[in-house]
Amino acid sequence: MTSANHLKNNSGQAQTITSLRSKRLSGFIVALVLLAVMMCLSLMIGAKQLSVETVWQALFSNTDSYEHRVILDSRLPRTLLALVVGPAFGLSGALIQAVTRNPLADPGILGVSAGAAFAVAIGVGVFAVGSLSGYVGFALAGALAATIIVYVIGGGAGKKSPSPDQLTLAGVALGAVLSGFTTVMTLMNSEAFSRMLNWTVGSLARKSEGDVWLVLPLIIAGTLAALAISPALNAIAFGEDRASSLGVNVLLIRGIGLVAITLLAGSATAIAGPIGFLGLMVPHCVRWFVGPSQPWIFLYSLVVAPLLLLAADIIGRVVISPTEVPVGIIMGFVGAPILIILVRRRSASKL
Amino acid sequence: MPPINFGRRYIRLKGLIKLRIDARSLVVTAVLLGATLVIACFGLMIGTLRLSVHEVFAALSGDAAKMTRTIVVEWRLPRVLAAMIFGAGLAVSGSIFQSLTRNPLGSPDIIGFTSGSYTGALIAMLIAGSTSFIGIAAGALIGGLATAVLIYLLAFRKGTQGFRLIIVGVATSTILSSVNSVLLLRSKAEVALTAAAWGVGSLNGISWAQSIPAMVAVVVLLLIAAVMARPLRAMELGEDAAKAHGIRSERTRLVLILIAVVLTAAPTAVMGPVSFVALAAPQIALRFTKSAQSLAPVAAMGAFLMLGADLVAQRIVPGTIFPVGVVTLSLGGLYLVGVLFRQARSSS
Repeated sequence: MTSANHLKNNSGQAQTITSLRSKRLSGFIVALVLLAVMMCLSLMIGAKQLSVETVWQALFSNTDSYEHRVILDSRLPRTLLALVVGPAFGLSGALIQAVTRNPLADPGILGVSAGAAFAVAIGVGVFAVGSLSGYVGFALAGALAATIIVYVIGGGAGKKSPSPDQLTLAGVALGAVLSGFTTVMTLMNSEAFSRMLNWTVGSLARKSEGDVWLVLPLIIAGTLAALAISPALNAIAFGEDRASSLGVNVLLIRGIGLVAITLLAGSATAIAGPIGFLGLMVPHCVRWFVGPSQPWIFLYSLVVAPLLLLAADIIGRVVISPTEVPVGIIMGFVGAPILIILVRRRSASKL
Repeated sequence: MPPINFGRRYIRLKGLIKLRIDARSLVVTAVLLGATLVIACFGLMIGTLRLSVHEVFAALSGDAAKMTRTIVVEWRLPRVLAAMIFGAGLAVSGSIFQSLTRNPLGSPDIIGFTSGSYTGALIAMLIAGSTSFIGIAAGALIGGLATAVLIYLLAFRKGTQGFRLIIVGVATSTILSSVNSVLLLRSKAEVALTAAAWGVGSLNGISWAQSIPAMVAVVVLLLIAAVMARPLRAMELGEDAAKAHGIRSERTRLVLILIAVVLTAAPTAVMGPVSFVALAAPQIALRFTKSAQSLAPVAAMGAFLMLGADLVAQRIVPGTIFPVGVVTLSLGGLYLVGVLFRQARSSS
């Protein structure tokens, strides 16, 4: 009787595991389909609305008409850019939340974007860097420095892992200082910064294709590193001590995580400017569906982040048409309320 | 009966006004005021045209060349006075907010009052098309008040924790800065440029005509705040303790909030949002006085910090005059970083 019950329980458990896996897989496919639909919408919607047929013709039998040129020269590049930077922001958010074990972490909140922006300002103001490709190196260095500084200020240098509150406050404070310094540099040399002004608000418009190719290898490297350490991050979620006893080299994993965060957030910020809250929102939304499994969270983030980014970009194109609102501003509208909801119900959003 | 020993030296005033003045606070206030006057004098001396102390005093007393007089009295004096008065106003406002929220992070700049003021002023300028001081000030006042209430309500859940308050403040500021950007994007370039310049708190090019209404308002409210200091400190002990001290806490709280709001809104309407003075000045003053009995050291500290920051903003890079808001943002942020760093070290 008991053994029969036991067997029944066991098979039930196995069933839930397979059903969980199939639920996660089917959800992933749905997300992919939604992303494809959103890409199509992104090609259709703008100052001039175009039909699905026009989009199809432009892609596969281009007649070089005005409408086709709008799609190929303006809407396709920004859609592709969203496909490159969206996953980078989303994954860096998921990664920074897993590594710091802080549900409120985000490259923007933890000052990583501000660090990148400040370093780019130094590049423009002091070293007279003029091209977007030149921004990348500075953005990466700034992102890395800011990540480390916030970690140290937040108490990460001590034996215990830093508390989420301390870390978040440290990030906010450092972000304020760095943005102050960035403003100082901008005001000192306003001519050199007229170009950068566009950049300080995250935007997908007006970026050339060459820049995308420049950061793509960095983002791919960061993504691979993140996916490689994701099983170990599952163990770290239980706490450092338990992770060590499970045979995880916590220090090494944290180090790799830090490099991956820098690569992802730094290069995405260099090319699209600081787009806040994407890294905060996406992992939380994803966690509702997949539960606490880092590999799945990371995979989903890669798809859901560009989905949200494209949606925000489309909203920005139509909301006060014909003027375009940069996607970074739209993200502020959407993301900040989510941050408020998260701090109000902390226990529900724990990792 | 021998006087009670409170463990601190104090000076007792008898006669018409009965007061017990903490000796340490008195000394700190005096030293700060002295230092503020020295840098104020310095602020009147330096600039494109350097003047001597003698020339400055001559100009102030009215027997100097017309040109020198114009420079000192019409150009430099309003700036120096505004920095001192507005600094004191912001600091006292911060102190009141921090006492009422019983939270060192509960200052108007953190709880979003300042960014809300900017949005309110932008709406007044860009949508209502107001160009007068009263219109902009009203916009700033309403915007700031609405934002502060909103943030307080959003952060309130079985009391307000400092952490939650700060995060909700940051999030709300982000939404507001998005709103501000959209407002600026929608409007004509030249109007938007003026409005955007206002967005970084600045004393550049301030004149008597612009600043006098706000200065008078701040000075009057500072005097009222001085009277309210005692109930304020009692409120800090909690509702029940305040009642036991004979304070009608609801009414006092309302009056105090009104004072604090205007003390932030009036300077903000003239200068634009200047952050971190309200946050840092009360806390730094506390470090020196080791007693929060009186608001005078706080006001003196605010005046000192603001004037110092404005001088730094003017002089740090020759040929460029920065908005004072940028300097307070950088220095105040560093202060916050320092506080957090020390906290983290002592806790680990």
